[in-house]
Amino acid sequence: MTNLVGSTAKSSSQAKVAASLRRRYAAELRFRAYGIVAIAIGLAFVVFLFSSIISKGYTSFQQTYLAVDIDYAADTIDPEGTRLPDTLSAADYQAVIKASLRAQFPNVEGRASLRHLYGLVSNAAETTLRDQVVSDPKLIGSHQRIWLLADDHVDSFIKGQIDRKLPESDRPISDEEIAWLDALKAKHGVETKFNLAFFTSGDSREPEQAGVAGALAGSALTLIVTLILSFPIGVAAAIYLEEFAPRNFWTDVIEVNINNLAAVPSIVFGLLGLAMFIQFFGLPRSAPLVGGLVLSLMTLPTIIIAGRASLKAVPPSIREAALGMGASRMQTVAHHVLPLALPGMLTGTIIGMARALGESAPLLMIGMVAFIVDVPHGLSDPATALPVQIYLWARSPERAFVERTSGAIMVLLGFLLLMNAVAVVLRNRFERRW
Amino acid sequence: MQSSTVVVVIVLLASFAYQWARRRSINLVGGTRGVRNLHSLPAYYGMYVALWCALPALALLGLWHLFGDRVILQMVLAQMPTEFQHLQAGEAGLVLNDIRNVVSGAVPAEMARPAVVAAAQHWRQLSHQGDLVGAVLAFSSAIVVGFLALRSVKPEMRARNQVEKIAEWALLACSGVAVLTTIGIIVSVLYEAMHFFHFVSPIEFLFGTTWSPQIAMRADQVGSSGAFGAVPLFTGTLLIAGIALLVSVPVGLFSAIYLAEYAARGVRTVVKPLLEILAGIPTVVYGFFAAMTVGPLLRILGERLGLVVASESALSAGLVMGIMIIPFVSSLADDMITAVPQSLRDGAYALGATRSETIRNVVLPAALPGIVGGVLLAASRAIGETMIVVMAAGLAANLTANPFEAVTTVTVQIATLLVGDSEFDSPKTLAAFALGLVLFFVTLALNIVALKVVRKYREQYD
Amino acid sequence: MTIEKHQHVTEVSRSVVFNESDHSSPGEQVDTKTVGQVTVDSPVISARHVNVHYGEKHAIKDVSIDVAKNAVIAFIGPSGCGKSTFLRCLNRMNDTIPNAKVTGSITLDGSDIYDRSQDIVQLRARVGMVFQKPNPFPKSIYENVAYGPRIHGLAGTRADLDDMVQSSLRKAGLWEEVKDRLDNPGTGLSGGQQQRLCIARAIAVDPEVILMDEPCSALDPIATAKVEDLIDELRENYAIVIVTHSMQQAARVSQRTAYFHLGDLIEVGPTEQIFTNPVHKLTEDYITGRFG
Ligand SMILES: Nc1ncnc2c1ncn2[C@@H]1O[C@H](COP(=O)(O)OP(=O)(O)OP(=O)(O)O)[C@@H](O)[C@H]1O
Ligand SMILES: [Mg+2]
Repeated sequence: MTNLVGSTAKSSSQAKVAASLRRRYAAELRFRAYGIVAIAIGLAFVVFLFSSIISKGYTSFQQTYLAVDIDYAADTIDPEGTRLPDTLSAADYQAVIKASLRAQFPNVEGRASLRHLYGLVSNAAETTLRDQVVSDPKLIGSHQRIWLLADDHVDSFIKGQIDRKLPESDRPISDEEIAWLDALKAKHGVETKFNLAFFTSGDSREPEQAGVAGALAGSALTLIVTLILSFPIGVAAAIYLEEFAPRNFWTDVIEVNINNLAAVPSIVFGLLGLAMFIQFFGLPRSAPLVGGLVLSLMTLPTIIIAGRASLKAVPPSIREAALGMGASRMQTVAHHVLPLALPGMLTGTIIGMARALGESAPLLMIGMVAFIVDVPHGLSDPATALPVQIYLWARSPERAFVERTSGAIMVLLGFLLLMNAVAVVLRNRFERRW
Repeated sequence: MQSSTVVVVIVLLASFAYQWARRRSINLVGGTRGVRNLHSLPAYYGMYVALWCALPALALLGLWHLFGDRVILQMVLAQMPTEFQHLQAGEAGLVLNDIRNVVSGAVPAEMARPAVVAAAQHWRQLSHQGDLVGAVLAFSSAIVVGFLALRSVKPEMRARNQVEKIAEWALLACSGVAVLTTIGIIVSVLYEAMHFFHFVSPIEFLFGTTWSPQIAMRADQVGSSGAFGAVPLFTGTLLIAGIALLVSVPVGLFSAIYLAEYAARGVRTVVKPLLEILAGIPTVVYGFFAAMTVGPLLRILGERLGLVVASESALSAGLVMGIMIIPFVSSLADDMITAVPQSLRDGAYALGATRSETIRNVVLPAALPGIVGGVLLAASRAIGETMIVVMAAGLAANLTANPFEAVTTVTVQIATLLVGDSEFDSPKTLAAFALGLVLFFVTLALNIVALKVVRKYREQYD
Repeated sequence: MTIEKHQHVTEVSRSVVFNESDHSSPGEQVDTKTVGQVTVDSPVISARHVNVHYGEKHAIKDVSIDVAKNAVIAFIGPSGCGKSTFLRCLNRMNDTIPNAKVTGSITLDGSDIYDRSQDIVQLRARVGMVFQKPNPFPKSIYENVAYGPRIHGLAGTRADLDDMVQSSLRKAGLWEEVKDRLDNPGTGLSGGQQQRLCIARAIAVDPEVILMDEPCSALDPIATAKVEDLIDELRENYAIVIVTHSMQQAARVSQRTAYFHLGDLIEVGPTEQIFTNPVHKLTEDYITGRFG
């Protein structure tokens, strides 16, 4: 009897469980689906971000050139026939180009149309001709077909970024310009080539002449300062805290302080740099020196934390062995612990450097946002950095800068990828399992 | 003499001293076979003497650099004609600037006042002599101190202990840099902020609701006074950070749960680094992405739905910032979830709980403190983020909770107030430091609480 | 071989027993609750009233004992009783533990090793140590052995150093096995070889005392036998203190044995007497396996 009741009770609770199973498994599936959706969203963002930037930016590595029959007219360039370098470099090559363009398109009339015609080529073309003539004066008097840098509108149009079906008022390039370009194209006078200038020239107001060389040099100089300061100091601090510091109130303070410093917003470091280095110590504005100082203070916590982690990973038995041999603590660290921890520290440092390379907010504060054409050569030359250059170009109204900005981002991401790859290789190569 | 030359010479002297002392220690015990009778290895005697040779000399040189200029300045001013002796602070500064400009050659001598030119001449001469004096001082200290140290080298001298003591002090000094940085931040930001509060009361700053920092150059211009009520900035910051957390917390948390509890090892090793790519992308790239892609996209989408979305809306900045902090939330949550001991899960499984029930009822509650800590850290990240909002959120200080409108944030204002030439005596510039002060302490508080929570949590399962 | 060893042990123990019964005790009288003779004739190390605290924990309670020249003394006792702790006091390895506090006096050849003027580096060069787990440096075999002579400036020339490395490896009975691969990493050796490498490394500095903390616990019986033989040979030149959990090992290699219990040194005596005829109840319980 009791047995019967027990078993019915049991079977009824089993039945309940069985009845609830459907619902519970549905909930299980839903929960799993949330996870998959979340991951899909995250990955979709990654894909979207990269594809949006690459699709906008890959064209910046190409540049349109126009073939123009240049008449190196002697009476424009060197009417006196002296061939002196000074005369040659002071000559009006703009006029030469204008005359040549007019000769190539004899039907163009009217001031507005002529201005459009002259505007097809970039004003950098002038410099191209000047350099040519100065280095080879024999060109004077001759006719040559020369590939000249096209203006940014032309470049965008040729790359298909401007739709010719739009009404004329909605596009930056007019019908007659399109007609001239079509004519040139028919004579194989339009070409897109690899945009070497993008990697060799500094900033410019003209998108077709703007390059990342200045920003790259600025970033390199800044990072060198950062590395020189933050790596030794960070490693030394990590060694002190991990190997020497007594556990007391002060070392706790340092520890908490470092952890918090790692999370202080980067712009606050910019404020520090502005008030301390520029205002108080009178260091120059816009200089890689100050940028490097600020970034090294910012990177220091990262390096210290990574350094301590890799020191911790060195097994204590190695320390005991050395100490037991009568090595002093300093010798133990220098001969045994540090060599073993160094790969890990280097990995941390590279990751810190990568972060510093991508950092822009503090650099804005210390004036590394100026428009600087020259490629910096020294630590106190005015300079900008690659991410700041991206910021500057992103604010530019010219639509051709969108492409340049994306191109510069691709360069930046390329460097970051490289640095992270090195870090990963280093880690895999030297990671030791004890 | 150039100070770099002086440094090079001192380094050369020190390396010479190193060799000499090393040799001397070996000779004292009669050659290399006697080295075991030395207290320390010969190299330590070398280092000991080299350090004594170089450090005091370099310290002297450094001191001379720090204070020599001021000494020279006093001497120059003392020599100037009497009418320059009793100037007002401002005028004195101008004269000083003139002198500096003439010295550096920025202003040609013909264009300056004769007294200034004379002073500049005097300055140049003094600083020339001063450099020489500094160099001589440094050299003689290197030689004398180095020689004394060399004399003290004896077999029983504890050179290693001494050298290691110095090295340990150097290491300590390096870890002090981090503390100095914090002090530097607090002092410089606080100092300038105090300056700001001379112009604007803290009450007005913290509770005022209009922000328009433009101050006219002339008093008769309209809107000349400027308003420094920072509430719209705080609400803007919170709005954007809130949107960012709304995006990143669910996505980050669920992907962490999936990766930690469900995903196969292979999937995990591929997906985790892919998600972490998001953390490595520079913020300026996100800013560009928000301004060029997401902003316009949202505006078009809004038009379709009949909504007015500003092209620099809080939504686009918050959304993109949320993407940026996804990996931050997910990797912290992942750590916390994997730290929950397996025994807790086994307990639930043994009762017949499904996986999701185990996760929801056992794992998540156990991991909750850690996750909360992670979210707090993410919030502090979002509040302090600059580039995304500078590029995508705009400058309009609107007091609104509507995510489709443009708002501005604390960091945007700091960046815009300070970019360009900044005069350190206008409230407009100083306001940036007051904002920086608020930002620093708010993020600091968040971090401290978050790190405490996380540490407590970790200790619980260690 | 074993028989010889046994005879030897008996001889030594007899002499000590003789001393004890004669009451013309060697050295001074020590006030201690330890059973047996804690002092010896001409000790290398003598510890007096040593106490060790780890924070609140009182790990060593008023221990006094001498370590004799050219002899092996074994420390035995249940786990956690403080053998390692006491051993590490003898070359001040406890200094590396932040919250460890050592009081009392320990003298090495008459001079206090906890004296402020004692150079810890010199101390450890005189009192070497071999650890429970073989811990060769992740460097070559040669570098492992050469490290001590290098940092202590013992070798004047490269040839001297080579000689030292060779003779240390010979003494450790490892030379024949590694002479062709001195440049290979020390971590690539087998566990037993690694431990003998660590012993070679310790004797390369030519210490007076070698401390060994369960040197065979990570080794198989064959490697253990080799190390034990080695210990027996080393006794000619060094004083050896060995911590072991193996009663057989203590019996095989040591001449004196000290039994620790919960931080107290319960009983010290000639090894044979301790194992055959313990005086203290706790010692007897431990020896007969009633706990431990
Ligand atoms: N660093 C330390 N901090 C705190 N207590 C410690 C520390 N090292 C050891 N102890 C404690 O001191 C006591 C003695 O430890 P010790 O390592 O000396 O024991 P042992 O006799 O060597 O044990 P075993 O045979 O297991 O090696 C133990 O109770 C241990 O918990
Ligand atoms: Mg032990």
